[in-house]
Amino acid sequence: MDARRGPLAVPKVRRVGFFTSIEPSQDSPRPNRSLSGPAEAITTSSSPLSDSPSGQFISPVQIPPLRHRSDNLAAASRAAAPVPVPVPGPSAFRRQLASDRALHVGSYNPVDSLLGTSPPSSNGEVSEDSGSLFGFQRSDSAKLSASFPNGGFDMTMRVRAPQESEAKVVIASTSDGRKKNVEPSGTSEPVAATKPRKEKEQKSLKEKTSKAERRAIQEAQRAAKAAAKGEGSKRAGESSRAKPSKTAKQTQPKKDVPQVTSSLSEKRTVSVEKERRMDVPQAQMQYDDKSRVDKAKRRSVVEQTESKNKVELFLHLPQYERGNQLPNLSSNIFTLDTIHHAVYKVGLQHLAGDLSGDNARCIAMLHAFQEAINDYTTPPMKDLTMDLTGKINGYVSFLIECRPLSMSMGNAIRFLKNQIRKLPVDLSEPEAKASLCSEIGRFIDEKIILADKVIVQHAVTKIRDGEVLLTYGFSCVVEMILLYAHEIGRKFRVVVVDSRPNLEGQKLLRRLVARGLDCTYTHINAVSYIMGEVTRVFLGASSIFSNGTLYSKVGTACVAMVANAFSVPVIVCCEAYKFHERVLLDSICSNELGDPDAIANVPLRTNTKHAKTMDNNKNLQFLNLMYDSTPAEYISMIVTDYGMIPPTSIPVIVREYRREDLLL
Amino acid sequence: MPDVQSMVLEFVNKLRKRKIEGSQATARCTVELLRSVISHHRVPHHANQASALIDAVKAVGAQLVAANPVELAVGNVVRRVLHIIREEDLSLATAAVAGLDLLDASDDDEDVNGKGIGYPAMSAAVVAAAARSTLRPPSLQTLLEGTPESATVPYTSSSGADSESKSKSADKSSITRKLKHDVIEGVNQLIHEIAGCHEQIAEQAIEHIHQNEVILTLGSSRTVLEFLCAAKEKKRSFRVFVAEGAPRYQGHLLAKDLVARGLQTTVITDSAVFAMISRVNMVIIGAHAVMANGGVIGPVGVNMAALAAKKHAVPFVVLAGSHKLCPLYPHNPEVLLNELRSPSELLDFGEFSDCLDFGSGSGSPLLQVVNPTFDYVPPSLVSLFITDTGGHIPSYMYRLIADYYSADDLVM
Repeated sequence: MDARRGPLAVPKVRRVGFFTSIEPSQDSPRPNRSLSGPAEAITTSSSPLSDSPSGQFISPVQIPPLRHRSDNLAAASRAAAPVPVPVPGPSAFRRQLASDRALHVGSYNPVDSLLGTSPPSSNGEVSEDSGSLFGFQRSDSAKLSASFPNGGFDMTMRVRAPQESEAKVVIASTSDGRKKNVEPSGTSEPVAATKPRKEKEQKSLKEKTSKAERRAIQEAQRAAKAAAKGEGSKRAGESSRAKPSKTAKQTQPKKDVPQVTSSLSEKRTVSVEKERRMDVPQAQMQYDDKSRVDKAKRRSVVEQTESKNKVELFLHLPQYERGNQLPNLSSNIFTLDTIHHAVYKVGLQHLAGDLSGDNARCIAMLHAFQEAINDYTTPPMKDLTMDLTGKINGYVSFLIECRPLSMSMGNAIRFLKNQIRKLPVDLSEPEAKASLCSEIGRFIDEKIILADKVIVQHAVTKIRDGEVLLTYGFSCVVEMILLYAHEIGRKFRVVVVDSRPNLEGQKLLRRLVARGLDCTYTHINAVSYIMGEVTRVFLGASSIFSNGTLYSKVGTACVAMVANAFSVPVIVCCEAYKFHERVLLDSICSNELGDPDAIANVPLRTNTKHAKTMDNNKNLQFLNLMYDSTPAEYISMIVTDYGMIPPTSIPVIVREYRREDLLL
Repeated sequence: MPDVQSMVLEFVNKLRKRKIEGSQATARCTVELLRSVISHHRVPHHANQASALIDAVKAVGAQLVAANPVELAVGNVVRRVLHIIREEDLSLATAAVAGLDLLDASDDDEDVNGKGIGYPAMSAAVVAAAARSTLRPPSLQTLLEGTPESATVPYTSSSGADSESKSKSADKSSITRKLKHDVIEGVNQLIHEIAGCHEQIAEQAIEHIHQNEVILTLGSSRTVLEFLCAAKEKKRSFRVFVAEGAPRYQGHLLAKDLVARGLQTTVITDSAVFAMISRVNMVIIGAHAVMANGGVIGPVGVNMAALAAKKHAVPFVVLAGSHKLCPLYPHNPEVLLNELRSPSELLDFGEFSDCLDFGSGSGSPLLQVVNPTFDYVPPSLVSLFITDTGGHIPSYMYRLIADYYSADDLVM
């Protein structure tokens, strides 16, 4: 199977990688070589750099800061060629600590190659993550082992597992040796180039493993499965469910970890396959499922009381009473031991609504994770990869309790877990921590901050003198675009459309007016009044799904629709890390509910008391939707860090580039 | 008539200061005012009764319309009253002419007073023509028939009355009184109609609302309230989504009233209209005014809802009493038939005060705040009008309007 799959998968992935590996700092031969086939890449591999060990430790997901040159991007996207993908450059610290790890590379490789050869863009890990990112799948203790990063974790376990056959070790070392030869230019190897090679090695490894040995391994796996029967059945149940369950997250992953025996890890192949299968639709946790909600509740840190007067149409979303948990939570910030205080702080900020904006939320979360990882020490007798993932899972589900995560945060978490999973096994703890922190920092720099800069560069070309630009709500990218266009001397007017209850547009308005931009402020109802004079609409995004649906702050769809009715082009600005492979048709199935009181409270003097007095009437509900989904046909163009694309290209980006960044 | 004059002034002031909200209230006040204008109007005996009344009403109407040109209901009601006067006059005239024909065909020919109608035999024909012309807009045929232009129709008909009065001068005062009486009768009927249009419209609710429907509405409209409640009373259970209608929050008022009547109500933000529309079976709104082309002027935000409804193929139903039918064809109604309200509803004055004024020296303020009151929905987005005379499609509105207004009054 692998033999067949490998060649199929390889060229595709390679292609992308090579096209994107135009890096400014590289010399000319490299692109040439990378354009050639995998075979050539291997033949040229007897490069002088082969003894530089760092190459073997390049995690494909490493993202070098400041490689993302916008001109590069622009050129690439203009040529409709695949887009540059961040090219891994090993960080300095990696280079240093890479020295004595050569021995393990071979055995580490299978992990990668297995993942690499799997055509579906995801493995078990992914499905688990993406489930949890919406707050719905949490592994409870029994399930922990199953839902743990099956790919990475299990395999690293296997490496350490003592009962591994000797033959395997030998093979590992041989492949290791070959790898040394093969690695051509350790330091700046393009992502995709390493991968096929690894696949090759994997293949060769498979070939070298004798049939008997393989059978032995299978036997061992079967035995392990029988041993872990309970867990196994649970896992089967889990994977058979199409939607990830919301089992409550374990708040104390440490306790659960010991249950995970190394023998369990033998099941990885099977489980990965299974998880891969179940990955396809990631439904959210449905809050109208009583049993699961109860289960989740038992484990939650944040005590939520369900609101009494629920909107029937949205029973599948969490509807909690607001504003009563915060005092409780903030009081026990010092006593809590399961949640790192930085994460706790971010969670409270989410709960209180202090953080708004997807990028801001995501960055805050990542910084908190950075801190948490810095303060993390692996408990004795435990594995860092596994334990840390459990920790992160705990944090994530805490954050979800505070406020459902945005899609972009989910993507970031998935990235982080991938990083953890791919940590070389022999990395010492401080090294691993440093590596993780730097990866997170790089993610922030590369995927958010630099991406924004690139988007600004692109979008500004669409602003001409004398235009009237309309924007809705507050999007930091759009703000940057407007300010930058103003800076470079474009003369234009901005229409800021705002909506209750958050009135984020006022924030934008304040900043724009402070910089001296001509602004018009209005509310969303008046958008068809103002649209007649508008020449372009710039919108921010929370996420873009692979069917081109724009998932953004509620009201965006209205603005886009009216713009469409007035034949005004709609330009959506969105960083590529927010793209998501889910699909979405309407705004009902997947959404987030805000505080209904925010709607009930009306600033006008006369109406306030009406709303208040009616508050506890069963018949009256207030519905505060947070997001809506804009159909792709309203979107003229999406500006992203890979260039300017139509909404139909979203699945391409998701498929080709995301996989590389996150899953390789 | 100082009292009438002061009443008019007072009402004009109210209109100007936008003290009267809602087209129905405005319409009722207007028609009541016009009734008192008519009843207090003293016509000199020799003068033309109907034309004098029309002139008086027109004069007042012009003031009222000028006071709030956006409130189309005022103009509509004034036109309706004018139409009533013309109709009553006409019916009196036809009755008189008929009576004359029966009594004495050879009447005196003294009515040659500049009307170009020399003989009484023609007079009946002219009256008949006038009767036709009042019922329909001016057409080529009426012009060819030689009737003097439409504005003179009342005069011709009243010339018939004149001739009659001259033949029987004793009847004259009684006829004057009869005309006035009839007109006031008609105006009272109009008042009654305006007051009762809710019930008339609500009666049809049961035909349109079914069990378990989800209905979206926005703005605060008594018509909509009655309509929904009528369906509720008929044991239909359904849910209502109300868009809150920022920045005036009239949706909250409507929601409160609906809840008080026991309807299952959910208040949503205006921005969630598109998100919710996919689960909505029908959008029902109350119009501010209905234009002759079938376009609707409604509370701000209604165009958005109409577009969303169109996109999701949800019926967009407009409830409108007949006093909301405006005989004008709109041009650029979003701008010309709109009204911008105070920015303070959107922004606190304190926060941006330095940007709102002209202090920067460049001559134009850095920040403008747009807060329109109304929205225009083109007829193509409207599925159905429900008026007190039944349901109509947008393209039929012009005909409906022709029933209510006389073509002479379209331009006031």
